[in-house]
Amino acid sequence: MELRKDYFADVRKDGLHEIGQGRPRLDSPGHVTGKTAYFADRNFPGMLHLKMVRSPHHHARIRSIDTSEAEKHPGVVRVLTAKDVPHNVYTILILIQIGPEDETVLADGKVRWKGEAVVAVLAETERAAQEAAAKVKVDYEVLPAVFDMEEALKPGAPLVNEYHGQNYYLYDSGECRKVRFGDVDASFAQADHILEQSYQSSPIEHAPTETTGCVVTPEGNDRFTCYTNTQAMFFTLDNASIILQMPGSKLHFVGGTVGGGFGGKVDVIVEPIAILAAKLTGRPVCFIYSREEEMQISSPRAAEKVVIKDGVMKDGRIVARKVTGYTDAGAYSRHSPYGAQKGAAHYPGPYTIPNVWIDTYCVYTNRTPSSAMRGFGVTIGDFALEVQMDKLARLIGMDPLEFRFINAYRDGDMKAHRQPTEGAALIECMQAASRAANWPVAEKYMAMSSYRKGV
Amino acid sequence: MAIRRGRGVAAINYPTGMNLGGDPTQALVHSTPTGNFMVTLSSVDLGQGMKQIMAQICAETIGVPTDRVVIDTADTDTGPHCMGTFASRGTHRAGNAVIQAAKEARQVMLEVAAEELEVNASDLETDGQGNIQVKGAPQKSISIFDVALSAHFKRGRSISGRGMFLIPRSYPEKETGAMKPSTCYAHACTVAEVEVDDETGEVTVLTVKNVFEIGRALNPKMVEQQLVGGSWMGISHALYETTEPYYPSRDHGGTDFNQYLMPGPGDLAETEIIVLERPSADGPFGAKGPGEMCANPQIPAVANAVFDAVGVRIDTLPITPERILRALKTQAAG
Repeated sequence: MELRKDYFADVRKDGLHEIGQGRPRLDSPGHVTGKTAYFADRNFPGMLHLKMVRSPHHHARIRSIDTSEAEKHPGVVRVLTAKDVPHNVYTILILIQIGPEDETVLADGKVRWKGEAVVAVLAETERAAQEAAAKVKVDYEVLPAVFDMEEALKPGAPLVNEYHGQNYYLYDSGECRKVRFGDVDASFAQADHILEQSYQSSPIEHAPTETTGCVVTPEGNDRFTCYTNTQAMFFTLDNASIILQMPGSKLHFVGGTVGGGFGGKVDVIVEPIAILAAKLTGRPVCFIYSREEEMQISSPRAAEKVVIKDGVMKDGRIVARKVTGYTDAGAYSRHSPYGAQKGAAHYPGPYTIPNVWIDTYCVYTNRTPSSAMRGFGVTIGDFALEVQMDKLARLIGMDPLEFRFINAYRDGDMKAHRQPTEGAALIECMQAASRAANWPVAEKYMAMSSYRKGV
Repeated sequence: MAIRRGRGVAAINYPTGMNLGGDPTQALVHSTPTGNFMVTLSSVDLGQGMKQIMAQICAETIGVPTDRVVIDTADTDTGPHCMGTFASRGTHRAGNAVIQAAKEARQVMLEVAAEELEVNASDLETDGQGNIQVKGAPQKSISIFDVALSAHFKRGRSISGRGMFLIPRSYPEKETGAMKPSTCYAHACTVAEVEVDDETGEVTVLTVKNVFEIGRALNPKMVEQQLVGGSWMGISHALYETTEPYYPSRDHGGTDFNQYLMPGPGDLAETEIIVLERPSADGPFGAKGPGEMCANPQIPAVANAVFDAVGVRIDTLPITPERILRALKTQAAG
């Protein structure tokens, strides 16, 4: 790595004692010698293991659940169904007043994706829990499912989630989050070229070394200690408090040493049911995702579809950009309505474009609910935007890097969501890249600056 | 049939934090009787090194070496509220809270030292080595060890401080979408060079040259580990990863690391990292949040390089050999 101190030296105070120093991490020796304690290193006498019975169908009505054989299985201590969960229908962003509650801790009457949790089995060993889970009999009436976002948005498509009433998240702005800036239609009419292209991604797994999980112990003082690898301590505690209808003062969460998160551990999935199990059995409970559950059950990065229509002039100026983004939330909201909204604020990218129209949709389908992941709401948008930039440059016969200089945002430029640009540095990054990659651009671009006089 | 070479560029920015939901983090700092400093948080270290960075931020603010600071975090019985570690917010939000708490503690520390030295607190400075001295007269000094003992056993003072960072929640305007979704923005530009085998569709990423502008490299070694790791993840996203290879079909999803493809050490490109620092107006010592951003620009840069190499556009991720071969077939037919 090379620190290029020559850029922005005029606005930076170097020479501090501790900041800017490459001090060795104090936790590294523990990590590399295996001494660091993770939540799963906790082992308590009498600890039970929780395994989920999961839906084999993408969409189905539950006619009946028979747990009698599972309960008789040797080693089984307790079997939990929806009726055991005090506040079974929840949504995690309710803490910041983003509803509606649309997801069940344990399925109640219906399953909406293949892998959805239906019954929780608690047993003395993992093996007994796994074997007993296989003995739970669930009678399903399979329903039509929808997997494609465009199909889901058509009239007459199977309804994924009754708590929404339609297959998209309803924002206060309507069926999508909108950004309107300037007049795109008038500018398209005057543009030298129009290019409309569509981009698509598939779901992606966070792939942490340590799978999602927790260990819960009932304490002598009527409290519960939850050792967890959540990325958000109080967010999880407060949601657990709502789901369990239990005062937050009864809950004590211990975490903070996590074997990789990448956004995959901000949903509140394992803790509430494990705490409930500890409460109902009076014993410590361990609930850890298998690698298969981590891959196919825990939320992936959403698949996205991004349609970009640009109006560009022969001299390289983009005069209008219209973006329609679709986020595949799967069957439940989790963080996806927020991710789609974050996308609306991110487009049209780090470029100053005078006319912008953005619609971002959060769409429900019968698949594993997606949620946050590194670059949430932005990563796939950047893929689409930057491939589109390459296509536009080639369309007008311009060098792709020079084309970006022409459109790059600078201090003071107004963004489409009506925030003035501050602290821009895109131009300087491109200048450094031009030199490092031996990708020369015209001298006038190398002389540009993100600064503007008086800003 | 041949191995064809191409290169592509991408330039991006990335927001720090999540003002669309309100974005608070709080911190507490106090000294022990012998002048070590405890920072109490409920923030989570995901392995990226948050505890180390918070220790350096506290140490710089109070004016002691980093090894005098202990981080106690992620226990809800002791740590004040943190929204969580996501949205590239950890260093920025928690760092600001730690600075505010540490400043308050430092002020008490200087007041106690002033009483011991019989000078005004405003005339004192720290030497960064564990001592407090009179500005311009460093021979008149007292160790922080002795100041803490005095505060605890003689003066009855608590060398402590409270810190909080909060940006008011932004509600998007319904019709125009006017909103303030985040605070400062990090930036990047990546140039990727690839080889594409037009017989097998396989892509080899030869080099990735990344320039990242991250506000301030608080600990350059840790910045490097995060940026290199992110760059590898970007390549992995571009060419390998998905839980649903035939999306929107739900079939053939991988269930372990044998089926879920990721690059191995031999598949990783020669990676170059260049860091620029334009301090943000509101970050701790100017830091921005590069944690997520660093994995983004490689994806379009690789996609553009593939086009440069073989002349077909793959607009669906991941860019698999199958997709490249199908596109080449279509191109040859057309």
